[in-house]
Amino acid sequence: MKLPVKMTINGQTHSHEVEPRLLLVHYIREVIGLTGTHVGCDTSQCGACTILLDGQAVKACTLFAVQADGARIMTIEGLAKNGELHPIQMGFWEKHGLQCGFCTPGMIMAAYQLLERYPKPSEEQIRHQLEGNLCRCTGYHNIVKAIQWAADNMPAKR
Amino acid sequence: MAVTEERLFGKAIKRREDPRFITGRGQYVDDVKLPGMTYAAFVRSPHAHARIKKVDAAAARKVAGVLAVYAGEDVQVGGLPCGWMLPGIKVPARPALAQGKVRYVGEPVAIVIGETPFAAKDGAEAVRVQYEALPGVADGKKAHAPGAPQLFDEIPKNQCFYWTIGDKASTDAAFASAATVVTQPLVNQRLIPNAIEPRACVASYAPGTGDLTLWVTSQNPHVHRLLMAAFVLAIPETKMRVISPDVGGGFGSKIFVYNEEVVVSWASRTLGRPVKWTAERRESFLNDAHGRDHVTEAAMAFDREGKITGLRVKTHANLGAYLSTFAPLIPSYLYGPLLSGVYKIPAIFCEVWGMLTNTAPVDAYRGAGRPEATYLLERTMDRAARQLRLDPVELRRRNFIPPFTDGTPYQTPVAFAYDSGDYAPALRRALELAGYEQARRDQAAARAKGRYIGIGVSTYIEACGPAPSAVAGSLGAGAGLWESGQVRVHPAGSVTVYTGSHSHGQGHETTFAQVVADQLGIPMEQVEVVHGDTAQIPFGMGTYGSRSACVGGSALVKCLDKIKEKGRKIAAHLLEAGEQDLDFKDGAWSVKGSPDRKKAWGEVALMAYLAHNIPQGMEPGLEATSFYDPVNFTFPFGAHVAVVEVDAETGAVKLVKYTAVDDVGRVINPMIVDGMVHGGIAQGVGQALWEHGVYGDDGQLLSATMMDYAMPKADGLPSYTTDRTVTPSPINPLGVKGAGETGTIASTPAVANAVIDALAPFGVTHLDLPLTPQKIWKAVAAAKR
Ligand code: FES
Ligand code: FES
Repeated sequence: MKLPVKMTINGQTHSHEVEPRLLLVHYIREVIGLTGTHVGCDTSQCGACTILLDGQAVKACTLFAVQADGARIMTIEGLAKNGELHPIQMGFWEKHGLQCGFCTPGMIMAAYQLLERYPKPSEEQIRHQLEGNLCRCTGYHNIVKAIQWAADNMPAKR
Repeated sequence: MAVTEERLFGKAIKRREDPRFITGRGQYVDDVKLPGMTYAAFVRSPHAHARIKKVDAAAARKVAGVLAVYAGEDVQVGGLPCGWMLPGIKVPARPALAQGKVRYVGEPVAIVIGETPFAAKDGAEAVRVQYEALPGVADGKKAHAPGAPQLFDEIPKNQCFYWTIGDKASTDAAFASAATVVTQPLVNQRLIPNAIEPRACVASYAPGTGDLTLWVTSQNPHVHRLLMAAFVLAIPETKMRVISPDVGGGFGSKIFVYNEEVVVSWASRTLGRPVKWTAERRESFLNDAHGRDHVTEAAMAFDREGKITGLRVKTHANLGAYLSTFAPLIPSYLYGPLLSGVYKIPAIFCEVWGMLTNTAPVDAYRGAGRPEATYLLERTMDRAARQLRLDPVELRRRNFIPPFTDGTPYQTPVAFAYDSGDYAPALRRALELAGYEQARRDQAAARAKGRYIGIGVSTYIEACGPAPSAVAGSLGAGAGLWESGQVRVHPAGSVTVYTGSHSHGQGHETTFAQVVADQLGIPMEQVEVVHGDTAQIPFGMGTYGSRSACVGGSALVKCLDKIKEKGRKIAAHLLEAGEQDLDFKDGAWSVKGSPDRKKAWGEVALMAYLAHNIPQGMEPGLEATSFYDPVNFTFPFGAHVAVVEVDAETGAVKLVKYTAVDDVGRVINPMIVDGMVHGGIAQGVGQALWEHGVYGDDGQLLSATMMDYAMPKADGLPSYTTDRTVTPSPINPLGVKGAGETGTIASTPAVANAVIDALAPFGVTHLDLPLTPQKIWKAVAAAKR
């Protein structure tokens, strides 16, 4: 049995027939072909699959594709606009917030919502908000710095 | 020193690899998609130890989309090889898929290939395996006991090897005449590596040519190709290409050749279609090689002045059910020779029993042997300080090896000759940054108020870039320990660098380009670094043991020497000057004394390829290959200080402050080195406080998901204070040492010592890791009773 799904991903509308058991993350990676969203675990712990769904940071491995029917999704590939890096991406680059890069897309998407909630976050707030994203390489030190850098360099909201 | 002019060496240059990662354009193995690709799923043993009575694949074969099911002997390949032999070692046969018996939970029993991932997984669920369960043993020491279940008939008492280092007689004598003897039993618990990218492979066999291409999450693609082509698949290396593209962390776990890539490669060849497998995290837990797992009795002898006179160590090292690729090396030559640490210890004797158990294979995990040795030493030193009523810092100072920085090595009683070292300044600096004196005062004040602050120090040495090859060979290595490099200059002057090292987070595309651009005096943009593809790069050894800068980087320097030599000849010819009359500066050769007469790098490169006007008899072209075999390891060292607060009511530990001062020799890119230190610290803190691969007595892995295995998270860690002292390594042209593992090695004992220090008022002298709230609460409760 297959079910129809339709959603907007990074501004483009996609519709497919998919098996109900297909996870959203696999839909994004395998069906749409956007491989920047990663899979690091099978128990919703690592956050490598974090995307924005209707503006909320969610773990794309925790939803079925059919549950996202009608949703507006942004993945890491949709963050830079017209070839211009988003301040969070720049922060990660400036502050060496990544090593192997595997956790990075999820970290950046989680940071996106973090900075919406806390435009000028304290270190403690950053650390607390990243509790659902694992990184094995950086020891988190420079991820915190990267997000602080982004907060300091975010253009003022119009 | 071969370094000419340093515009880039030592600078915190932003990484060139980052743009692709921060935009989601990295290319990891699971991102590879090929036309006609099929998918694999593995059927794994649910038993720790059982006889396989029957594998029934009939129902699985009927599942829609299932193409094939193979089990045991179906897979016609050689067993997985072990790459390090020790005297008298008994190597159990390790088939790619279990044959006759399964010996650990998660051991692959069958593979199912499907048109889609779902078809493969549905098929795997439909495979019926009949087992006859056998009693198993998960603990390395229990496996040695009389009557313990036997994994292999041909390996009595499950003892794979017995290995010693040092001198028993002199050590016994030291203990006989000791003023004080400190004994310390300890467990170095099993860890599960958990790189965030799970292992994966895609094998693609081209029936027309017989070429096999394997994309695999590997830290050393050439070693993968060698072992698989020569020992497993029995094909010429020319018919196999291994590509290890972007790899999401390794920490040792991606060094080894595993069942999955072997079976997937064979299946692709058999089916004539590409086959992909990506581990689910649970499979990573069950079948990635684990780390550590030692049970040890240590004893240290002291004289009346508090100087160490002897060290005795007995370790049962749990190797798991089979020998992973480098398993025997880790608890032997990467462990015993580290037991002198930064201390002058006249007599050492260490015995190791390598034990087979019904658990996943154990192999190198970040630090590999060196953290085990360091934890043992540093925990024992702290215990000794308490017993001798000395400050732990004072005890360490009394026992430091005096400085040796003039190129004369320091010979330990356990084989190593350290290249250079000056241990006191690193400790002094760490204490200063940590505010040690003040912290001790704060601790006393807090204790008076019923708050328990602990301060832990660890001073350590590491051995990086195992070498040289001839010595390794005599000690049982099945591989050389050199590294390859190739530098190809293009006609317009840009340069492609091919390195046998492999980056899976280390940033070689940046650091190696810094080195090369500096040496040639050209902009970094003119340098491209290629790694991870056996079709492009000369045979290389890959990245492990913190070897890339010291061994891989040095191989590049050797190439550049050859290139510059040839370039100088061409420039001299064009300038009609003697070679010795030329200066090489800012990417140009100029005649000494008349700097206007010069030939730029680009002109020389072009002429090398035009060959219109080069010295007679010279071959055209400009490229060089080098194989660099270091004369010794490098020996980074340092001092770390942890401050914790323990909540005596709940047993919870808060890591309040962490200070690391490391000496990794000269530093190519301080930003990158700091990053590696940070990551290492977090991993070591993970071992001290949270991480534990727990097997039940029945051999079930109880911590088989990220829900049950506590990974370090952002909210459990502080920001770290880091600094360095710089003692250049005299053994390589860059003066660098290894930096990738220092954090892990030093931080576990620093944090453990801090927690035990916090618990001193309760009379606690030792607790085994990880120091969970439950363990601490129990210890405090017992003390209060
Ligand atoms: S893959 Fe979604 S949380 Fe790990
Ligand atoms: S950068 Fe490797 S897991 Fe975070």
